[in-house]
Amino acid sequence: MSIGPIPEPTPETAPFWQGAAEGELRIQRCIRCESFYFYPRPFCPKCNSDEVEWKRVSGRARLSSYIINYRPSPEFESKDPQIIALVTLEEGPRLCTNIVGVEPEPDNLRLGMELQVAFEPRGDQFLPVFKPVRI
Amino acid sequence: MPLISPNGGNIAIVGASETERVGVVPDMSMIQLHADAARRALKDAGLTPADVDGIATAETQVIEVAAMLGIRPRWMDGTTIGGCSFMAHVRHAAAAIATGQASVVLITHGESGRSWVGMPNYSMNPRGPDGQFEQPFGAIAPYSLFTLPALAFLEARGMGQRDLAEVVVAQREWAIPNERAQRRTPVTVDEVLTGPRVAYPFTRDMCCVVTDGGGALVLVSAERARDLPSANRAVYLMGSGESCESVLVSQMDDLTSFGSFRRASAEAFETAGVTHDDIDHAMFYDAFAHLPLYMLEDTGFVGFGESGAFHAEGHTRPGGRLPINTNGGGMSYTHSGMYGMYAIQEAVRQLRGEAVVQVPDMKLSFVQGVGGLFWSAASLILSNQAP
Repeated sequence: MSIGPIPEPTPETAPFWQGAAEGELRIQRCIRCESFYFYPRPFCPKCNSDEVEWKRVSGRARLSSYIINYRPSPEFESKDPQIIALVTLEEGPRLCTNIVGVEPEPDNLRLGMELQVAFEPRGDQFLPVFKPVRI
Repeated sequence: MPLISPNGGNIAIVGASETERVGVVPDMSMIQLHADAARRALKDAGLTPADVDGIATAETQVIEVAAMLGIRPRWMDGTTIGGCSFMAHVRHAAAAIATGQASVVLITHGESGRSWVGMPNYSMNPRGPDGQFEQPFGAIAPYSLFTLPALAFLEARGMGQRDLAEVVVAQREWAIPNERAQRRTPVTVDEVLTGPRVAYPFTRDMCCVVTDGGGALVLVSAERARDLPSANRAVYLMGSGESCESVLVSQMDDLTSFGSFRRASAEAFETAGVTHDDIDHAMFYDAFAHLPLYMLEDTGFVGFGESGAFHAEGHTRPGGRLPINTNGGGMSYTHSGMYGMYAIQEAVRQLRGEAVVQVPDMKLSFVQGVGGLFWSAASLILSNQAP
């Protein structure tokens, strides 16, 4: 993907972006209630526990919903259609991301299809994007 | 002053008006759209700015609106939860009047959404949750964010893109005779489906228009309403509710059903003490075509998966058993960015018997708002029957 908005980490989100820069998808997990959660915060939104940890997750996900954006915002250099997707990680949390490695056509995108994370550079950061496991 | 319930018809909307013009109004700034609507609504109520002791608005500083009109309030509400803020203001104003914190509340909206005159600069925050976890992926404009869960909703029900188009076609019927509406050309499902692509599965007419405009409401106690020249046109708040979920679409609890619609509407029905069968008319905030589908099901008017057929079979159209979005909605009438005010205005017009396309025998209207991109929701049940 061409240049676009660049995320700026905060102290609470920095480990997520540090992981992305190292090619790892890192998500927080609550030690007390054992649930993974997103987006980053130093306590569990489900049980309010402070006992949370960062975990490298599998990077496997399924496609939950998507749009094909034919009118990319002016922040993007390229005017090519974008596949903007909501994907659900094997560990539970849902992320907004891009699907890459396929032509942006509905026929290529089946809800529930298996995906694997990949990382693409964006400014001084790396974005977690997802590729279909089978095309 | 004795405490009364804010619901059950104890609080009345006695003034209601949109700006003189809606659509393309390049000669008026945002704040003047607020002021134009406010002065018209006060005149409608038979009141003046000097009578107002409570004021509410969203996005714009409530102080700026008060100062513009020369109001020195004792109650203020700047609740900004997206386009349904004004439904929340009605609910909050009712509570303020019921507890004696205010006696005459003015709620205003003004937005130069199309001409962008006197509006703040649009800016993104790359450090916010959206700036980090949505915008880098292109999920920036409402059409690329609000639309994201739609395929999950449709597929869970065996529905599809045609169901989105049916909503557009049904609502357009209301807009055709309405000279204030932006889109008035009759359309077919196939024409909607083959229209300009915006964000699959959404084509142009499945997305709201972008306009300039405003609206305002004046609320007092039902007791005080009886003494106003607008008494016989008063509209009473029967019930209300509000809720929120997340600022990130990806973090909805369920992509196929919005919890805030369920929670807000359930409280509105509970506080009003009425059932769905009692409702004559509904306004479902429709920035995009999937929203009336979610709302019909999440607020309990139809069962799971029935919202598409309900539109296709004509039940929401003129003469249907539940007329919906009778001004044409955000997709055909007007949408300055925060549509909620216009939804309330149309409900009030219908209950007063003053709508362009009037629903006969109106007694109860249900108004469902949504805020942001599945961020929040607020619901109102309004009546024209004095308590």
